[in-house]
Amino acid sequence: MSSGTQAKDLVDDGEYKWGFVTDIESDVAPAGLSEDIIRFISAKKNEPEFMLEWRLKAFRAWLKMAAEEGEPDWAHVKFTPIDYQAISYYAAPKKKDGPKSLDEVDPELLATFEKLGIPLAERAILAGVAVDAVFDSVSVATTFKEKLAEVGVIFCSFSDAVQHHPELVRKYLGSVVPVADNFFAALNSAVFTDGSFCYIPPGVRCPMELSTYFRINTANTGQFERTLIVADEGAYVSYLEGCTAPKRDENQLHAAVVELVAHERAQIKYSTVQNWYPGDKEGRGGIYNFVTKRGKCAGAHSKISWTQVETGSSITWKYPSVILQGDDSVGEFYSVAVTNNHQQADTGTKMLHIGKNTSSTIVSKGISAGQGQNSYRGLVYVAPGAEGARNYSQCDSLLIGDKCGAHTFPYIDVRNPTSQVEHEASTSRIGEDQIFYCRQRGLTQEDAVSLIVNGFCKQVFRELPMEFAVEAQKLLSVTLEGAVG
Amino acid sequence: MLLRIHDLHAEIDGKPILRGIDLEVGAGEVHAVMGPNGSGKSTLAQLLAGREVYTVTRGEVTFDGKNLLEMPADLRAREGLFLSFQYPIELPGIANSYFLKAAVNAVRRHRGLSELDAVDFLVAARAKMKLVGLREDFLHRSVNEGFSGGEKKRNEIFQMAMLEPRLAILDETDSGLDVDALRTVAEGVNSLRSPDRAIVVITHYQRLLDYIVPDKTHVLAGGRIVRSGGAELAREVEERGYGWITGATESSDGMPVAAA
Ligand SMILES: Nc1ncnc2c1ncn2[C@@H]1O[C@H](COP(=O)(O)OP(=O)(O)OP(=O)(O)O)[C@@H](O)[C@H]1O
Ligand SMILES: [Mg+2]
Repeated sequence: MSSGTQAKDLVDDGEYKWGFVTDIESDVAPAGLSEDIIRFISAKKNEPEFMLEWRLKAFRAWLKMAAEEGEPDWAHVKFTPIDYQAISYYAAPKKKDGPKSLDEVDPELLATFEKLGIPLAERAILAGVAVDAVFDSVSVATTFKEKLAEVGVIFCSFSDAVQHHPELVRKYLGSVVPVADNFFAALNSAVFTDGSFCYIPPGVRCPMELSTYFRINTANTGQFERTLIVADEGAYVSYLEGCTAPKRDENQLHAAVVELVAHERAQIKYSTVQNWYPGDKEGRGGIYNFVTKRGKCAGAHSKISWTQVETGSSITWKYPSVILQGDDSVGEFYSVAVTNNHQQADTGTKMLHIGKNTSSTIVSKGISAGQGQNSYRGLVYVAPGAEGARNYSQCDSLLIGDKCGAHTFPYIDVRNPTSQVEHEASTSRIGEDQIFYCRQRGLTQEDAVSLIVNGFCKQVFRELPMEFAVEAQKLLSVTLEGAVG
Repeated sequence: MLLRIHDLHAEIDGKPILRGIDLEVGAGEVHAVMGPNGSGKSTLAQLLAGREVYTVTRGEVTFDGKNLLEMPADLRAREGLFLSFQYPIELPGIANSYFLKAAVNAVRRHRGLSELDAVDFLVAARAKMKLVGLREDFLHRSVNEGFSGGEKKRNEIFQMAMLEPRLAILDETDSGLDVDALRTVAEGVNSLRSPDRAIVVITHYQRLLDYIVPDKTHVLAGGRIVRSGGAELAREVEERGYGWITGATESSDGMPVAAA
């Protein structure tokens, strides 16, 4: 695949400038990637030595992967090669980057916000209007922080965590997704500039759903976001990522890494609604969303649940996984992935059963419309020592129209005879008869489609926090508008 | 005249199915339509309801004076045309109550009435379910999914009762019902008879017509209405079959008439 050569060239053709020195006073790093740029990023962020070492280790691993294999090309997606030397890997957070007011925002985007019922003030933030020009969200964030501090929950930006809780960062960063895990994770580890950090102390049930929404400085986390969530013994946290409004971004490549660690009897529920810009109807533009998400059930009786609704991005490449290491630990994956127009999604999960009596559930709902291509890729691995492991997988595909596609790639690797693994799959098309039935009862074509699609996704939606589920439903209708007829 | 069909011809994939239907149904009337298998009864019903797979090649249809054929299916429904399906469709994952509430409110909005909230809906639904002998837990099940044949038919009449149509077309609502269910459903339908509502009952059996006595009976064969009469015509068909009317021993699609 040609996309790999770009990364290789960078090492092979001698253009790679090791000796080049970046001006530390500069607010923006020059385009390109080198060890020097990484030192620059780390220095800019005033990081302790261990962070720089860690980044450099990741960078060297990435270089090696780039030289040997290039970008991973096994996924069922097609894209034009990414020029890693054309990207600028650091820009100091700026205050007034975006439009000054809503008047300057793309009317189509605003129309979508309206359909989703997003409050006026939030529309402005989402459209990139400078936050302080809109309303004083600092007060909201502050009350929120105080409440969390009372119970000892740490919830802050990754940069803050590196400054104020370096021991926690050092202990857990890369403990689930090692620097050399994969091409995009290595790249992220080398160059990430910010993200979220969350630590729930032993026995604490986090008093509210944590959401990046409340962290005002998320606007500039950029293309390489890093999230680390640690639930200590017996702790519980529900974390919401993203929001349902379409997000525009000039950065085409997004390579985030999310790591979750659940200690004994701890539970982490991680919910995502991903609605990055999918490109236009002809497939131009749109975000490449190459994410590595993994959780480790480190302690016995721990539980990690991933719930995702993926409607955006032109390409989604994402496999939230769970390492079931502790005995009796539980992993769950509930997913709705929608592809419309020219969108491509290759998503699924990995459940790695290591501990005894571990169990996992996978429910994947893929919806393809237009010329969208939707693939489910899942691995269920049962290690020799995983006595009594159980997995149940269900992968359903719904097709709207006849130019789209759905593909299922289940990989099952069972090495313990006492385990039980079940896999069910189905593919259906929205029937003309179903739509006619709904219309005969007075519902419009669009209402009929959204009704049927929501019915199809119900098993996943009911895993989402309430308001999120309502928003996800609306979002699905908006995404599939005009998909039929 | 509530429904006026004049010289209606329709085909599917170039194959003519309806070949000149003339039919008038006035408000307050009940008409029975009988006819051999494959004669076009369901085609007529679905076409009137706005199914797009059929192509009208000739003729007109007016509903309350408006050109019915120009209206999209959902508008026809909101205007008060209801079809009880011969084979009700399953909608997995969609609760019966959710579906029906959406439908009822779409129709109410169209009629300029206020929407029913959850409580009003439930009160109305409970009463109507009793009418057709459907247990309340069917409200929470997915639309028609896993319903028995008879339960599906009851559910259709339940929907009809909730939607209060001006014209209801019941396509073989009696097929698949046991004797008791037949009576319950027929009583349900009878209770919906009213001076401003018309009902067209498509059936193969006189039995239903013992309960729902039609004002007129029509026999459809080969895509045409070949005989019309009163309630007695249905009894004659039951006794003698269709051969004496159609003048053939086989129906339009080659099926032996006796099979009807
Ligand atoms: N979608 C379709 N595609 C092809 N042929 C069709 C279609 N729908 C109906 N037909 C044909 O049209 C003819 C009339 O069918 P229709 O279902 O209207 O009969 P009917 O009178 O309702 O019969 P029954 O008593 O068995 O219900 C049949 O020959 C049938 O095969
Ligand atoms: Mg029929």
